[in-house]
This record gives sequence, C-alpha cells and structure tokens, in this order.
Amino acid sequence: MSDHQYTPESKFGKWFNDRLPLLTLANHLTDYPTPKNLNYWWTFGGILTFCLITQIVTGLVLAMHYIAHADMAFDSVEHIMRDVNYGWLIRYIHANGASMFFLAVYIHIFRSLFYGSYKAPREIIWIIGIIIYLLMMAAAFMGYVLPWGQMSFWGATVITNLFSAIPLVGEGIVTWLWGGYSVDNPTLTRFFTLHYLIPFLILGLVVLHIWALHVPGNNNPVGIDIKKPSKDTVPFHPYIVIKDGFALLMFMIVFAFFVFYTPNILGHADNYIEADPLVTPAHIVPEWYLLPFYAILRSVPDKLLGVVAMLSAIFILAVLPWLDTSKIRSAVFRPLYRQFYWILVADVLILGYVGAMPAEGLYLLIARVATAYYFLHFLVILPVLGFKEKTLPIPLSITEPVLGGSPNLATAKNKESLKIK
Amino acid sequence: MKKLLRIFFLLILITGIQSNSNAAEKVEYLKTDWSFKGLFGKFDRAALQRGYQVYTEVCSSCHSMKYLSYRNLAEKGGPEFTEDQAKVIAASFEVKDGPNADGDMFTRPGKLSDKFVMPYENVKAAQAANGGAYPPDMSVLVKARGGGVDYIYSLLQGYEDPPVGVTLDDGVYYNKYMYGNKIKMSNQLSDGLVEYSDGTNATVEQMSKDVTTFLMWAAEPHLEARHQMGFKAIIYLIILTVLVYFSMKRIWSRIKTEV
Repeated sequence: MSDHQYTPESKFGKWFNDRLPLLTLANHLTDYPTPKNLNYWWTFGGILTFCLITQIVTGLVLAMHYIAHADMAFDSVEHIMRDVNYGWLIRYIHANGASMFFLAVYIHIFRSLFYGSYKAPREIIWIIGIIIYLLMMAAAFMGYVLPWGQMSFWGATVITNLFSAIPLVGEGIVTWLWGGYSVDNPTLTRFFTLHYLIPFLILGLVVLHIWALHVPGNNNPVGIDIKKPSKDTVPFHPYIVIKDGFALLMFMIVFAFFVFYTPNILGHADNYIEADPLVTPAHIVPEWYLLPFYAILRSVPDKLLGVVAMLSAIFILAVLPWLDTSKIRSAVFRPLYRQFYWILVADVLILGYVGAMPAEGLYLLIARVATAYYFLHFLVILPVLGFKEKTLPIPLSITEPVLGGSPNLATAKNKESLKIK
Repeated sequence: MKKLLRIFFLLILITGIQSNSNAAEKVEYLKTDWSFKGLFGKFDRAALQRGYQVYTEVCSSCHSMKYLSYRNLAEKGGPEFTEDQAKVIAASFEVKDGPNADGDMFTRPGKLSDKFVMPYENVKAAQAANGGAYPPDMSVLVKARGGGVDYIYSLLQGYEDPPVGVTLDDGVYYNKYMYGNKIKMSNQLSDGLVEYSDGTNATVEQMSKDVTTFLMWAAEPHLEARHQMGFKAIIYLIILTVLVYFSMKRIWSRIKTEV
C-alpha cells in the first residue's frame, strides 16, 4: 500500500511485523498522504466513524437491558429510562445518534456529489458507500421498531407491506418477513436480531470503504489528480487527525444539545404510546431521514410502481458514476452543474418536507413534481450536461494556483470559489 | 467557520420540518411558565407535591401510572417527599400480593418498592367503567402527545359548551384542545376541588399547572440530572474544542495552508 518500505525500530517490533504487518498498517495510516486543501466537508468521514462506534457501544449496553418481546419491549425501554443507571443517557444518545448519523451521512453524500468524488477511479468507494447507506436505512428502520410504540408497530406494518406489491409472491414474502399473518412477536424478535447484526456488516463495509479510498487517495475540492506524496499533500497524522478532531468536537456539541436538551424532538410523540394493533395512528410518518423516499413512494398512484420508484431513487445513485458524463470532477469548475446541484439539494429538502405532510392536494402535487425532477436530474440533466457544459479551466496542481502564473489564478485566489456556495 | 454555520443552519431547518410535521393540527395552546424548561430547568418541588395530590385525589381514580413506584416520590429530582412521608403514602394504599404459603392472594399496605396501585384490574375493566374509552396510562403521557405539557395544561382547562350545530352523544364532552374536539373524559377540575396543605389557592389553572408538572416529572424522572449533566458536558466540549482549535492552528502553521 505504502510507497516506501517500513521497518520497525525495535527488535520485537520487527519480529512481530514480519509475522503480522500490523505496524506497517499503522504506519501507512499515519503517513497516508492527504491533499492539503481538503475543506471541512471532508471531515464527515471521521465523524461518521465516530457515529458508528457510538451506536454500536450504546447499542450493546441497551441490548443488555432490552427485552425483545411484544409484551415486554415497551416496558423494558421504560425500565431503561427510569431504573437503569444512566439508562436515559444511553438511550437518548442511541436514539438521537441515529439522527446524527444520517445528518452526517447526507452531508457526506452531498459533498461527494458536489466535488465529483464518485467519479473514476473512485466508483467502488462510492458503490460501497451506497450499500452502507442502504444498510443504515435498514438498521435505523428496524431500530425504530424495537421500542414497540405505535409508530414502531405501524411503521413496520407499512414498510413490510410494501413487499406485497411484488407480483405473485408478494403476499407470501410479507408473511415470511412477519413470521406470521401480522406484525407481531416473531417480527419483533427477528428485527432485533437483524438490528444487532447490521451494524457489524456496516463496520466491515466501512473497512472496505476506507481500503478502497486508500488506493487512489482522497479526492479534493479542486478535483484534480495529485502526486502522492508531494507538496500538495500532508501526512494524515497529525494534520488531518487534528482537523477531523476539531470538526468532530463541533459536531459533538450539536449532538449533546439534542441529547440533553431536546431528546425527543426528532422522534414522534406516538411512539410513547404502546403498540396497539387495533388502533391506527392518524398519520403514519417515518423518521425524518427517510421522508424524501417516503414522499417518492406516495407520489406514485400505483403501489408497485411507487415501490419501484422509491427503490430506483436509491439505486440510481449506484450507477451515478456512469450517468455523470463530465470528465471534470469538482463543481467548482462546472458553473452549470453547480446550479443544478443546488436545485437538487432544494428538491430533496422539498421531498423531505412533503413526505411529512398528508399525501393530498397541493402537497401531493409538489411531491410529484419534485419526484419527477429528482429522476430528471440523474437521468437527463447529468448525462447531457457532461457534453454541453462549458467548464472552467482547471489548475494543474493544488499548489500551482497559490504560487501564481496559472490562468486560473483569479479562480484560485478567490478563496470563496473553493468553498461551497 | 462559515461552513460550520451553514451546517448548523441545515440542522435547524431539518428540526423545523420535523417539529412542523408533529403538529399537523394547529391550535394555540394556553401558555404558562414552566420551571423545567431551559438550560437550567428544574422542577418546582412544591408544584410536584401539589401535582401528586391532584393526581391521587382526582386523576388516579381512572388513570393508572404503571411505571412509577412509591419510592420514586422520595428520589432526588422528583417531588422529594422525605422517605418517611413516602412510606406513609405507600402504606395508605392496599396492595394485592401473593400467593402466600397457602396459595392464597392477600392484601397488605403498600411499600416503597411497590408500583403505583392501578385503578382497574385490566384494560377491559377500565373500558367497561368508562363508557368504552380507556383512560390512558399517565406515566409517559406528556411525551406521548404532540403538544406535550402545553397540550395537557390546555386540555384540562379547555372544556366549553359545544358550538351551535355540534351535537354530542351521551358521555362525550366538548374540549377546545382535544383532537377532533370530542373527549370522553368530563371536566374534572373545579375551583377549590382539592385542599392544598401548603395553603395555595386551588384554582383550576393552578391545579392544571401542578398536575401537568407532576406528569412531566413522571415521564422524565431524570430531567434535572439530564439538564445538569448537559450543561457540564457542553461547557467541557466547548473548552476542548477551543483548545483543539488552537492546537490545529499551530500544527497547520508548519505548512503554508490555511485551515
């Protein structure tokens, strides 16, 4: 992996490293040449790692006290909140941690979209990332079911029922998923098992994600290939470690504010009502991070096509590296794409908003337009833009514009242009 | 730093969307000052004790509180009755226990470790006694309603004669703040209904506020500990962030790039 050969200094270190090159790996990780112009949008990879570890650690503690049984799950959560030492803290960190995790992953994904990080040679990193994102959604959804409140129960009913849209075998699949003829105890126990399993799958994929990243190295705000190591790069430690650490601390302040001062604002009040199969809530709404997809699902009048649209909205991301035909990575040098990028951001936020509203009247109309635009962006605008767009000249290296003499001097000097507008 | 502010803005936006979605049906709730809101929010001890009195004398004849135990009444951050007072309170309830050595169930005076005694044997019995409506368990009630404490506080004072054109079935009452305005609980509070031992005038407004405060504590018994720890945690994080920021500046000054 590293260009230079690493030899440990101590005799034992050398003996050990010859047998298991852990020290070589550690050396690679600390020396890893990183572009020195990475901005704060690049700190979310580290933040996401923190989120994953936090969820796993708090989750382990919760699992020691939680009881996965339809009759006892709700009670056991209240037991955690009241009688387990600092149980309230652990549970609020875990519940809000899911939201913070998604907040960070959305920033991470949209950073990638802005700077073209998904383009060659980083397609595999990107696809692994999309799989991680999918698994995160599955884990979060199943986690939301575990407290066995009204939203847990009815959310599970709505989402699992989506599978019934599959022709011929749909109903059978739903029964199989439920482990019975309705969402009940077998559903809860299997969701708990999978909720426990998935984070470790994610952990494994994160290792692959980082491994795949370390082959070509990081993309950067200028979006050009750089020599490594060179004066364009800094070693990961201490430069990036301290910067990621600083950003992580800022993130943790926001996180702490939610946990300690508004721990329930991101959840739905109905989930503090114990699940009742005989009472349907007035509005069944998923957690905020799933709302854009929920809006897409509901904007299509046909059930099967709605499910197809929703899944396509996610899977379309996996083929994004081939839909975007532009050779230029960074939106900094793509004046048109930059505008479409922000329209897409607005579009997704609008989808999120209408996803939380009842699917009727004006909301439904907005949802349909926004859904259509979402697909238009990826299927038409991006492929066409690559051929039509007149891009700005790109610098030859990160340091070049700083040293002067480049035609892009003006662009590079204007510091704002390297940041997201 | 600008970018971080933008992230923060985004966050607020998302929170806004979420809280908006929670309050789909909008009515202006009655407002009052809650002592437990804010960074240093704490419960008003006297209000909690009065609220407990309202709960026991009024609400508890129909509403259970199955997640609370009598010991909670003496715990820190709650009404903070003395342990002896809590023992007396517990002993004033008859608790069903057993089976004993002969295999019989028996009743005994309550102990600190007992859960709050339930008004009905089961949900069916509760429904039968209340015209088919189940009086919800009150342990986490404030967290289970969109408007939270403001909603409960308003609801208790929201009984009115129905507007012209609205007809109510037997056993159904009109309430301004209830979802759909129809509620199966009749107006329970009237001025002077309970006699507060601390001499506070028991107006409907006062009792509503006291009992709602009590319900907030019941739903979040560790709220005070949470606020205290939160303040310390955030101060700690801010100091650490500042230190790390300057360390970062120093480290990055070795190369000519701004962070």
